Amino acid sequence: MALADKDRIFTNVYGYQPWNLAAARARGDWDNTRDILAKGRDAIIQEIKDSGLRGRGGAGFPTGMKWSFMPKEYTPERPGFLVINADESEPGSCKDREIIRHDPHKLIEGALVAGFAMGARAAYIYIRGEYIREAETLFAAVQEAYDAGLIGKNACQSGYDFDVYVHRGAGAYICGEETAMIESIEGKKGQPRLKPPFPAGAGLYGCPTTVNNVESIAVSPTIMRRGAGWFSSFGRENNKGTKLFQISGHVNRPCVVEEEMSIPFSELIEKHCGGIRDGRDNLLAVIPGGSSVPLVPADQIWDAPMDFDGLRALGSGLGTAAVIVMDKSTDIVRAISRLSYFYKHESCGQCTPCREGTGWMWRIMERLREGQADLSEIDILWDVTKQVEGHTICALGDAAAWPIQGLIRHFRPELERRIADNMREAAE
Amino acid sequence: MADRHLAADTPELRARWGNFTFNAAWDAKARAAIASYPTGRQRSAVMALLDYAQRQVGEETATQGWLPLPVMEYVAQYLDMPVIRVVEVATFYFMYNLVPVGRFHVQVCGTTPCMLRGSDDLFAACKARGMHKGHTTDDGLWTLTEVECIGNCASAPVVQINDDNYEDLTAPQLDHILDELAAGRQPKPGTQEPGRHTVEPAGALSSLTAMTTENHDYRGEW
Repeated sequence: MALADKDRIFTNVYGYQPWNLAAARARGDWDNTRDILAKGRDAIIQEIKDSGLRGRGGAGFPTGMKWSFMPKEYTPERPGFLVINADESEPGSCKDREIIRHDPHKLIEGALVAGFAMGARAAYIYIRGEYIREAETLFAAVQEAYDAGLIGKNACQSGYDFDVYVHRGAGAYICGEETAMIESIEGKKGQPRLKPPFPAGAGLYGCPTTVNNVESIAVSPTIMRRGAGWFSSFGRENNKGTKLFQISGHVNRPCVVEEEMSIPFSELIEKHCGGIRDGRDNLLAVIPGGSSVPLVPADQIWDAPMDFDGLRALGSGLGTAAVIVMDKSTDIVRAISRLSYFYKHESCGQCTPCREGTGWMWRIMERLREGQADLSEIDILWDVTKQVEGHTICALGDAAAWPIQGLIRHFRPELERRIADNMREAAE
Repeated sequence: MADRHLAADTPELRARWGNFTFNAAWDAKARAAIASYPTGRQRSAVMALLDYAQRQVGEETATQGWLPLPVMEYVAQYLDMPVIRVVEVATFYFMYNLVPVGRFHVQVCGTTPCMLRGSDDLFAACKARGMHKGHTTDDGLWTLTEVECIGNCASAPVVQINDDNYEDLTAPQLDHILDELAAGRQPKPGTQEPGRHTVEPAGALSSLTAMTTENHDYRGEW
């Protein structure tokens, strides 16, 4: 039961064909979008709810429900905003880039459909600063849509006015956090806000705001065209739909590929990636959902279904479906330590446990890498991760703690071996 | 947090940049950026304006540009916001250069997915050419920066040089690209793996094969 090409949403994901409006229309985008809007706000939200779509940015919150949190009525002083999170910065993640540079009209059409469904006045697409060429494509695609009357005043002749703007970031991972993103659009440092109030109550400029991932928005027009029943025919219960997987690291052919949710890890790797480098027996561990989720050892991941619940059952998570594969040649402690450096570098500095803790964790990890530590420091490190986790405004603290916890949970003997080796060498 | 410091505010700096204003082209872009936010929210455009300012400084110095303090003050005045708020933004976001950089800003990704695919070799190749992380070479040509994940993980390892990404790189390929740039030529950006188009499984396309030859419309098969 493999996903057929006809059921793939992102048919131009590899960019063999042009991204422009004419080509996108020939593939089926912007096809009578007015009729979708004519169904009305409630019907669109219900269809998305029925499809079982869960947010594709990592947390997996039901998308339709998120949209329903927006007000039914707005005042001119407090319009609603849709913010689309294209700040793809989670190590391992590289799917939104392919949507934006090869299929941008799916995103822009989705912005209109989603924005209409929640009654928003405008969408801001926040694209990470490093996606320079991708942003050029996105600006051009938005202009095409304006010129064709698809967005702007009386979008698609629907009688609804809806603007789409592109806001470029400038190199800060933390802006992928929804309230940090809002701060950043307001022209400030991207430091997360305390919640509540939640963005749906008071977000961008204090107005009702919903923040969604690029993929969640870009799939919505196709769901509306093909129906909730079609989308929910893929994947296990509570884990419905198709998903862009991004496989990096030690596979023979790293790639981005759209597959159905819940596909077993082994099938994903064998079918699309040409298998693990030097064979299955050479697999050491996998980070299945981007750098923030704990790693899973080879024997546990092989038959696991790649979905939210399946990976949570393994003490990890689907995250953005960024699958980082590590074979036995990997220095696993260094691989995780490099992530610790990443979080140290990207901590926004607002909360003390994270600002100080990420540095602490990285420094201990670097010593463990060389074995230059005392055995008791493994437990100290574990303790530090627990003091950071859950004690910060946003989830960056958790994200910095979890990879280390995963390492200690599954590779404690390796850490101990390095310490023992180092002590023996010192004694000699 | 990243370690970042402002360049010293000296009389020489003031003399060189104190009269900075946007030229006509960047001024038009700045006004367009401000227009994408609601009236009275012009401050939202500060990130765009800092980028434009950095790029104009780059054009004036034949480098990739940076943000001297007087230029930040100009942006603050342009947007009617306190200078410290602009400085906060400029120091918070990593892509704003707080000190001068070279003609080519070589940004090698060192995060785990690139590390697994051989970014160590790329750093070694840069080092062999006399480049050091966080420094600009004496000839003003190269600035080497280790950057965090830049989101090209399925075509790792990646190096971003100025506005272009070079993906699936080996050390000899990077060497060649740097040679080309130094000689004033523009190498082909994107994946450097022979036969690979973008991020498909290289040499063994496992889906969407019809798309390679025509702009296939799958709706007839729904």
